[in-house]
Amino acid sequence: MENKLMVKLVVGTEAMFFLALIMAYIYFSLLPGFTSRQADHLDIRSTAIFSAFLFSSSFTFWRAETNFKKGKMTRLKGWLLLTLALGLVFLVGQGTEYARLLKENVSISSSLFGTSFFTLTGFHGLHVLVGLVVISIVTTLTFMGDYDRSSSSVFGTVGIYWHFVDIVWLFVFSIVYVLPHLHKITT
Amino acid sequence: MSDINFIPEPEEPIPSLSVSNNQGILQWISSVDHKQIGIMYLWLSVLFLVIAGIEILLVRLQLAIPNNHFLAPEVYNQLFTMHGTTMIFFVAMPAIFGFTTYLVPLMIGANDMAFPRLNAFSFWTTFFGGSLLYFSFLAGGAPDAGWFNYAPLNEYNYSSSPGIDYYCSGLLFAGIGTLTASVNFIVTILHYRVLPMSLKQLPLFVWMILINSFLVLAAFPSLNAALAMLLLDRQLHAHFFSAAGGGSAILWQHLFWLFGHPEVYIVILPIFGIFSEVFPVFSRKPIFGYGMVVGSGVAIALLAFGVWIHHMFATGLGNTVNSFFAASSLLIGIPTGVKIFNWLATMHGGAIRFSVSMLFAIAFLIEFTIGGLSGISFAIVPIDWQLTDTYYVVAHLHFVFIGGTLFGLLSGLFYWFPKMSGRLPDPRLSKWFFWLFVAGFNITFLVQHALGAMGMPRRVYTYPDLPGWGILNLISTIGAFLMAGSVGLLVFILVRAIKKGAVASPDAWDANTLEWTTSSPPGLKNFDRVIPVKSTRPFRDYKRPEDADWNRPEGARKHEGKYIPQNNPHGK
Repeated sequence: MENKLMVKLVVGTEAMFFLALIMAYIYFSLLPGFTSRQADHLDIRSTAIFSAFLFSSSFTFWRAETNFKKGKMTRLKGWLLLTLALGLVFLVGQGTEYARLLKENVSISSSLFGTSFFTLTGFHGLHVLVGLVVISIVTTLTFMGDYDRSSSSVFGTVGIYWHFVDIVWLFVFSIVYVLPHLHKITT
Repeated sequence: MSDINFIPEPEEPIPSLSVSNNQGILQWISSVDHKQIGIMYLWLSVLFLVIAGIEILLVRLQLAIPNNHFLAPEVYNQLFTMHGTTMIFFVAMPAIFGFTTYLVPLMIGANDMAFPRLNAFSFWTTFFGGSLLYFSFLAGGAPDAGWFNYAPLNEYNYSSSPGIDYYCSGLLFAGIGTLTASVNFIVTILHYRVLPMSLKQLPLFVWMILINSFLVLAAFPSLNAALAMLLLDRQLHAHFFSAAGGGSAILWQHLFWLFGHPEVYIVILPIFGIFSEVFPVFSRKPIFGYGMVVGSGVAIALLAFGVWIHHMFATGLGNTVNSFFAASSLLIGIPTGVKIFNWLATMHGGAIRFSVSMLFAIAFLIEFTIGGLSGISFAIVPIDWQLTDTYYVVAHLHFVFIGGTLFGLLSGLFYWFPKMSGRLPDPRLSKWFFWLFVAGFNITFLVQHALGAMGMPRRVYTYPDLPGWGILNLISTIGAFLMAGSVGLLVFILVRAIKKGAVASPDAWDANTLEWTTSSPPGLKNFDRVIPVKSTRPFRDYKRPEDADWNRPEGARKHEGKYIPQNNPHGK
């Protein structure tokens, strides 16, 4: 119980951190010239695809957790590996997007859009990376048989963090990609 | 593999400082015991208090006479910046966290924090953050843009020495330590209370820490985000705060004060908790209005997030915004006032013992009210426009930080020192310290109200010989040295008490809460068994079962304020 409460509190304070970053992004996006640049450079379709991978990794982790509760260790391992793979695809997707933007000379120092875009999505990517490191440790320990008989809270706690990272992306994706896209369609 | 030197279990509750065996300094460094970590937090705070004190003495020397050239302007900027930053992040915070780490498990009948290793991590991260901040002196110059580090002065073009980079990274580390510690406090308080203790029976200090920890979790991310953005600006040429690159200098102010104003309450709420322990014990009465103390604490915490613009009235955000935040700032005076009356009513009709701890508590009521009144005057926008960035602000903030936070810490120190060390500080010298410190404090800062009203701006390294400025500054400098001398006396009192002070009894003040039921200092394991908890004063109930709080008739409980003093239980 106390482990879960700890992670919930950590997630709460992290949410405030992202709120500050998102508010800064919105604040800048209201300045003239920002939205057009944003719509020019971002490709909502490819991002939507690798976002789907991240969202489904939340589902696979939830499956892993239920199987752990039921004691089905083989299935647990399978779902964990799948979660890792999905998360990795997201990071690779984000990496290719960054590479493309940098090739188009959009960098953190090139414009206000670059500054706020790379900071917001970069901090989120960093959280995905941390999550993947944690999940890969947990996966390794699972394969080594550490959780075979225990009633460990580790899957519950890691799950809270992993779903949180997902929810943050839901907001980031809506604000950075979807809203300007809608704006572009309507005008 | 026999040569691996495993760290052995500690044998003493307070290890020595020896380096020759494994029961000395090695025990401190590797400790995960909440009491040892608490004591290390407190000594860290004393260390930085001395450093930041020396910095400000140099500043006061420079300001002692008009047109002085004792310090170069660049050095002056570094010194006052480091003074402010250190005092807030590495003196006030570690001192509060020291008391919290030490006392919370003891007060709730637990044997340690929920996460002892995380506790050690929090301390060492804070320590590392402070060291990193001070490393800037060696790395080419300390930060020099003031403790709130406004843009664009904090940008590379205006401050090209690495000082501000160290400011960012040092405070980020300390911020992470603060956050993890607060998570630990909340989990400990909510999950590790001794079984029958309900939230309604929580000691008020613990209540304030619980509220405060949520405040930390909500406020610090804003600072961390701002620091990260500033580092990106300075290191990777991002444009968050540089107007030239399209960024916004005022965004820094918003993010900083969105943290900074709650921070003011973060360093005062635990102090309210300390006083809510000290006043009842030394007035020999229960606290007046337990529920109101808790409730007003919650109200302060909530309102803390709705007032940050009052630091920014001069930036020109418009009359509507200014009026709203002026109103909310006036509002926050109410719950604080409620608490002052709680303590006054606690003293009323009590059998007051004027120990040094109580003396600081009573002095606090006066000094903090002065600081509160000058604070209220700032909520009036025109007064703020007239007085902002003058010495009036300096006087105000020192009246609340010293007259509030530091007086509370000293009151707590004299209250719990016998518990922590098992020794009593010399009472005569301690009273000398109290009077010297209070005198020095008032001499230093009362005159600064006048200086500010006369228009002397803060953060100027020297000033022209205008009528009255020279003499008032000289008085202020003399007061500062008086304070410094008395702090020296305090360190002497503490070290002497630890070495050869009179041995304190486990229950040195005939107190009410669980920490006094253990030995002084508490053993490695805090409790073998905990006395039953049936009211907010379990230890008093245990000592006076015939007059126990929980055993009182319902009618008497309804009139809590009319409780009869402890030394006269039958009202004769």
